[in-house]
Amino acid sequence: MINDAPIVEDELQAHVDGRLPEARRAAVDAHLARHPDVRERVTLEMRQRASLRGQLEGKLAEPVPPRLRIANIQAARRATTMRRLRTVAAGLLIFAVGAGAGWLAADRETVASVSVPPATTAVAQNATAAYRTFVVEVAHPVEVASAQEGHLLQWLSRRLGKPLVAPDLTPFGYKLMGGRLLPGNGSAAAQLMYDDASGKRLTLYLRAAEGSETAFRFQREGDAATFAWIDQGFGFAVTAPVTREELLPIAEAVYRRFGSVSSSK
Amino acid sequence: MADPGPLIEPHIPALRRYAFALVRDRDRADDLVQDTLERALSRWRLRRADGDVRAWLFAILRNLHVSAWRRDHRHGPAAAIDETTMPAVAARQDAALEVRDVLAALDQLPEEQKSLLLLVGVEDFSYDDAARILGMPIGTVMSRLSRARQRLRSAVETGKVTLLRRVK
Repeated sequence: MINDAPIVEDELQAHVDGRLPEARRAAVDAHLARHPDVRERVTLEMRQRASLRGQLEGKLAEPVPPRLRIANIQAARRATTMRRLRTVAAGLLIFAVGAGAGWLAADRETVASVSVPPATTAVAQNATAAYRTFVVEVAHPVEVASAQEGHLLQWLSRRLGKPLVAPDLTPFGYKLMGGRLLPGNGSAAAQLMYDDASGKRLTLYLRAAEGSETAFRFQREGDAATFAWIDQGFGFAVTAPVTREELLPIAEAVYRRFGSVSSSK
Repeated sequence: MADPGPLIEPHIPALRRYAFALVRDRDRADDLVQDTLERALSRWRLRRADGDVRAWLFAILRNLHVSAWRRDHRHGPAAAIDETTMPAVAARQDAALEVRDVLAALDQLPEEQKSLLLLVGVEDFSYDDAARILGMPIGTVMSRLSRARQRLRSAVETGKVTLLRRVK
């Protein structure tokens, strides 16, 4: 008869867990009765199993903290997803415009919603995104080259609604390469690109922005350092793969250049 | 798609218990559970529709725990047995002493043995489910369980000896 099969360790373990098939229980009991040493060991294992359960029982009765509530986690996830979608949408929009797909008026709001306060941060982020997109561009780093500087500045000025000058950054070793028009916070943004003798590229990003703050805000993303500020209804950002100390005097020069233009007008 | 909330929520207390037994720290245990729930929600559509949600959640938690442990212990040998987990004051009754010893002794087992004892002995998973959660061949569960219990017995013994020596 199958129930007389010799008892194996697996069955003793199943016995400890109370998972022994009914048909084998008598045989295992008989085996334990014949072998007191085995019985003692199995009994101890059962006791320890029960002790462990008892020790952890209290954890099960504890109220679940709010941060582990599914509704709360879902709400947090939705917020994160929206933020990511907006960032992706903004990135795609910049790319689409850069690729010559034109001005996507319908998506202006998407870009606008990325630019939540503080405004300087938004300008810095837009500038960094634009920097990343175009600074690696070899064939078409700029839309209009500096050879047509007059035309470039006239064109960008008209689209921005602000008389735009290209600050002279030769004292810092940077020469104007040219510029391009970008979407920016529901209107247009301009990006002027400079490079130095080694090919290192610097961008000046400019778009309309709310607020009157003029404090410089520093941001570093990867190797790209950015100083951004708001001045007279415009957001400015200077971005380059340099240290904060190298970038600061350049940003100050740009700030002075635009400040003087506006005040002289 | 049905809201996963009502299907996940009932298992949270047990997930907290398993996490606490693994990391033995309230906040870190809840961090682990939170990570588990976030991952479960983000992968909800990817799970097998006919699969057991409870086993799936425990598998996620266990995998997160193991990867976090590997990350933390990459630079150096496994943590030494932490004697501070032993109770500092001896309980008067042997039964109470034994209860505390089991949870403390569990810490001295390798993670896989620890998880196996918790999943089978505390969470009442079937042997097959426990094997799947732990990614071990189903045919090896029983022998591994036997070894884990043997190891736990000796860890409890050692704990008792250490404790009695310290108290004297």
